[in-house]
Amino acid sequence: MSSHSNYNPTNPVEKWFDERLPLIRFSKEHLMDFPTPKNINYWWTMGAVLAIVLVVQIVTGIILAMHYVPNIEMAFDSVEHIRRNVNYGRIIQGTHAVGASMFFFAVYIHMFRGLYYGSYKAPREILWILGVIIFLLMMATSFLGYTLPWGQMSYWGATVITNVFSAIPLVGTPILEFLRGGFVVDNPTLNRFFSLHYLLPFIIAAVVALHIWALHVPGNGNPTGVEVKSNADTIPFHPYYTMKDLFVIVVFFIPFAWFVFFAPDILGHADNYIRANPFVTPAHIVPEWYLLPFYAMLRAVDFDVLFINAKLGGVIVMFGSILILMVLPWLDKSKTRSGNYRPMFKPFFWLFVLNFLMLMYLGAQVAEGIYVILSKVGTAYYFGYFLIVLPILARIETPKPLPNSISESILDKHEAKAAKKIQIGGEGNE
Amino acid sequence: MATNVKNDPTRRDFLYVTTAAVGAVGAAAAVWPLIDQMNPDATVKALAVIEADLSAIEVGQSVTFKWRGQPIFIRHRTAAEIETAKAVPLEDMIDPQTDAERVIAGHEQWLVMVGICTHLGCVPLGQKPDDLKGDFNGWFCPCHGSHYDSAGRIRKGPAPKNLLVPPYEFMSDTLVKIG
Repeated sequence: MSSHSNYNPTNPVEKWFDERLPLIRFSKEHLMDFPTPKNINYWWTMGAVLAIVLVVQIVTGIILAMHYVPNIEMAFDSVEHIRRNVNYGRIIQGTHAVGASMFFFAVYIHMFRGLYYGSYKAPREILWILGVIIFLLMMATSFLGYTLPWGQMSYWGATVITNVFSAIPLVGTPILEFLRGGFVVDNPTLNRFFSLHYLLPFIIAAVVALHIWALHVPGNGNPTGVEVKSNADTIPFHPYYTMKDLFVIVVFFIPFAWFVFFAPDILGHADNYIRANPFVTPAHIVPEWYLLPFYAMLRAVDFDVLFINAKLGGVIVMFGSILILMVLPWLDKSKTRSGNYRPMFKPFFWLFVLNFLMLMYLGAQVAEGIYVILSKVGTAYYFGYFLIVLPILARIETPKPLPNSISESILDKHEAKAAKKIQIGGEGNE
Repeated sequence: MATNVKNDPTRRDFLYVTTAAVGAVGAAAAVWPLIDQMNPDATVKALAVIEADLSAIEVGQSVTFKWRGQPIFIRHRTAAEIETAKAVPLEDMIDPQTDAERVIAGHEQWLVMVGICTHLGCVPLGQKPDDLKGDFNGWFCPCHGSHYDSAGRIRKGPAPKNLLVPPYEFMSDTLVKIG
């Protein structure tokens, strides 16, 4: 995949530079001339959106760190100071906080795109696994960042989530005290959370680089799931997809800006405007919306299984719900990548999406009555989809015939359209 | 398109240029807050003006106030110091300034200056009675040996300028507003 550049430096300085460090050649090959399937649709634009949002988070985060104080006596006030006194601080802090939500919104679309079009299948397993690692890092980063304003939700969120580690048999408590740097979440915890919250985005950026590297080895997938066969199947990344991505980025920033300017707090919790108080827990602790499905699955396990008690079981289920994605390429053995050609897969997939949204809703409800029952059903389907539905479908499903190539699939579509037009035109003449 | 003369801008050219212009303005508007956040914030600006009460400062006494994080030297000068300062010929100075230009008319006994050496930013000695006051009985910067006279003017040493007089005004005979 390194021979698709038509970079021929004529300028002697460029030539000299190219022979020593082919940076321009590399950029041209990977950012401009990269052959991209000509049929990829709007679901393929979230990668670019995510890259931009990561940059926005890093830039606004570095700025916030110039004004924030990671000390339990001053953290809460320093965030208020940023919002009230720092020039444009209200917008910069709002962008960072809303940006976390927008980041997860885009990543969920990106991941469901992968699930539907079979983006995780060979030869893209490493690409997919790197994506799951990025997702895990994002969850860790957002959790750490949410602790920093040191409000009630920050404090109790940190308390509850670090307590998850106390479920580990025997060494749970020592690990918990190690993570917190004390018996409870306190100043040492805040200091290390701040340090790690600053570090992780750069690790995410590094894994993103690997993710793109792994993408550029086999090249992009596409809605047909048929691999690129000839030059007729591709167009250069620039300007075709740079412009398409840019358009989506602009559209994406409209609701983003709306939140920042008009409702910066609507995605958060009012309780986080109360200073952290280790003696009083808020009546209803809820994580941020993007973590709710996993929170619902944690709570769904309220029963013991053999020697595993409910607490440990919930933690296993919560982590398992993400780790299972890592082995997905070996659970779904169907040779057909794209859901478009899998008639039996489609309803199960859309049910999985609805189920995920239901779990998101349930995560925000009280852990009582019908909500608990529905959480259990939802958790069962979440795991059943990966462990039962996909392996069985791979054996019994008869996929629809695939087009011979990407360009052929496009021509077929045009022919069908043209035929329809003639038909309609014919009817009009009668 | 074939009929289009080369120099004639097309509708598409117009769209390109306007799109780029709008994009550039938008980008600049988005970047400005990221830069301006480093400028002094509202809490810093709120402390940019102070009031100093002079009523307790005796003749011959110096007091240091803090203004915008910097030391402000306020000296209640003696008649002898004022006379000496007035008598210095301008050509003897590195940064020629008359004594009248260093104070506010009617309040000649009060010398108000930023207590930072104009050479490289050290705080000169001379505020306390037992401090070194230099060759001209004013202030002396120990870092690189700049001598200031009783009007805070540089007379000897590497500093290029007289000690800076901040913007200030008298609210009453014993109350000044600095900043």
